Amino acid sequence: MLERLGHEVEFPFAQTCCGQMHFNTGYQREAIPLVRRFVEVFEPYEVVVSPSASCVGMVRELYPMAAGLAGDEGLRERVEALAPRVFELSEFLVRRLGVEDVGAYYPHRVTYHPTCHSLRMLKVGDAPLRLLRNVRGIDLVELPEAEECCGFGGTFAVKNADTSAAMLSDKCHNILSTGAEICTMVDNSCLMHIGGGLRRGRAGVETVHLAQILASTEERG
Amino acid sequence: MTLKARRPDAFSPGRTPPFEETAKESLADAQLRRNLGKATQTIRRKRAAAVGEMPDWEALREAGRALKTRVMRHLDEYLLRLEESVTRAGGTVHWTRDAGEANEIVAGIVKGHGAREVVKVKSIATDEIKLNEHLEREGIKVHETDLAELIIQLAGEESSHILVPAIHKNRAEIRELFLRKLGVEGLSDDPADLTEAARLYLRERFLSAKVGISGANFAVAETGTVCVVESEGNGRMCTTLPEVLVTLMGIEKVIPSWRDFEVFMQLLPRSSTAERMNPYTSFWTGVSEGDGPQEFHLVLLDNGRTNVLEDERGRQALNCIRCSACLNVCPVYERTGGHAYNSVYPGPIGAILTPQLVGIGRDPGPDSLPWASSLCGACYEVCPVKINIPEVLIHLRGKVTRHKQDRGGLSAKLNPENAAMRAMARVFSDPRLYELAQKAARVGQWPLARGGSIRHLPGRLAGWTEVRDLKPVPRQTFREWWRESRGEG
Repeated sequence: MLERLGHEVEFPFAQTCCGQMHFNTGYQREAIPLVRRFVEVFEPYEVVVSPSASCVGMVRELYPMAAGLAGDEGLRERVEALAPRVFELSEFLVRRLGVEDVGAYYPHRVTYHPTCHSLRMLKVGDAPLRLLRNVRGIDLVELPEAEECCGFGGTFAVKNADTSAAMLSDKCHNILSTGAEICTMVDNSCLMHIGGGLRRGRAGVETVHLAQILASTEERG
Repeated sequence: MTLKARRPDAFSPGRTPPFEETAKESLADAQLRRNLGKATQTIRRKRAAAVGEMPDWEALREAGRALKTRVMRHLDEYLLRLEESVTRAGGTVHWTRDAGEANEIVAGIVKGHGAREVVKVKSIATDEIKLNEHLEREGIKVHETDLAELIIQLAGEESSHILVPAIHKNRAEIRELFLRKLGVEGLSDDPADLTEAARLYLRERFLSAKVGISGANFAVAETGTVCVVESEGNGRMCTTLPEVLVTLMGIEKVIPSWRDFEVFMQLLPRSSTAERMNPYTSFWTGVSEGDGPQEFHLVLLDNGRTNVLEDERGRQALNCIRCSACLNVCPVYERTGGHAYNSVYPGPIGAILTPQLVGIGRDPGPDSLPWASSLCGACYEVCPVKINIPEVLIHLRGKVTRHKQDRGGLSAKLNPENAAMRAMARVFSDPRLYELAQKAARVGQWPLARGGSIRHLPGRLAGWTEVRDLKPVPRQTFREWWRESRGEG
């Protein structure tokens, strides 16, 4: 999709994980080498785009805290230089490029769940919805109580599995009430959580990342 | 209600269970889920409307944050100024380090006047130090006069919400309690009827009590004025009718000047009860001859607060003005209720305040609270003084984990979570190991994957597959696809 829009895309194989899981679970010293690795790998690029809002939130909001914990002033400066160039996919397209129609075709009934970190940390606003509204063939339906957390929360889903499950069941209930066949969002982790809940209930609703919808065309589904 | 009454909390001696254990009980309580869901959703909608009509809400929040931040930075100076002002106005100020000192001072004042009964307006700080239990042990009967506090006291339970302590109870449950405890006959479950029964019972207490006890929402350093913000008028009765008034407040409640009310009196009512103006706001400055209590004591409570001040990131928790907006929007609180937090400070603010006040590494209950959140950020969005609760939660998770790792000895090292996290950090540090791990997972998952889904995970991960499936590692990973299609890597 990005190449269709005329961008040169590279995927540096040296990248691994941004360290969010470690950092947010409390294993913050263990996350510091991952922070360093991220900065080293992505520093040379003009723009870094990620299909995961919470990973972008980690880099932009929490890397400075991590650098502070490491007591590394140099790292903090490099983080501050890199962080503003790291974007979540929908905000990159709408805010940075001013593109709302990516020429996608997706003939399905779809509902959109705004993930917490995209909504409240990155404040992507309606950027994903603007992109979805321009998709040909789509039947976009509103999700009730859309801004409520789905209950994933990283290791929260395992550590506080019961509370997480209670939140998930309400989210699934709202998704099912829309009659949509597809629920889309901009975070892989929430997709895994909501998708896992829907599949366990044999709900017959699929979860699909926004990027997959935007990449679909009449030629390539 | 299946919740056990009078369980020990983070501020009582002894150990409390971790959040995830107590949450299990409340999550299974259908009546509690219904009562809480209904109440929090209603107040959430009302708050949004009350805040929405303010054109300068964000500027007010910023002003509130700035004021509180300045207070914390110069707390010592403001407290000394407050003491001077209160003393000048005819009051007496007592400095107390902990619950024991505060309880003794209050009990001493009550006994000094030969009083056997006191009336109290709702005060969380007194719940924190377990003042009621202490006074009862000294043979002094305590009457809570806030309607919800009275309900809780009659039921022998603890508060489950900062502002609405009986939020977990519905009116049918309250009617039954009043029939049993107040001996009222022919009572309906109409709220007006229930309130009237409580009013009749409380009036007698107000008129006979010699000593009143209150908390404080604010105390002005410049003038020595103490302020209580409430909705029922019971606070006004408690602070004006008795001969002697004792106010107990946490040291973080001081504000610099009278003018600061301009900010807080707009922020607090709209955030807490969704009201444009608070119904009963009482102010008193020391003692006024022939008007109200003729003896006034202000008890300043530290109880861990100066320790919190040491932590530059964590201390913003002390900025809290107890509006409870964060509880009402919290998806975790909405489902587990306040009792699951095992603290007089429940919800998101409790999750950052409680472990800091009692100290990290002392009790599994408070140590577990920073994890009682999905980090959704709804609390930060509504906080009237812009406390970055998610940031402090993450900060405290780090502190608790480091404390366990550094002081936990061998058992901490062998802890399965610790071992797994360290192993994963090593794998993530090396792209080659990372790709090998993906391949290994694809091979290793075959006994678990059935029909394109993993339905059972072993060990601690079983919490995931209790209610969710997991997609197995695909036949081709993104990296493999990229390599194949571009011939890179």
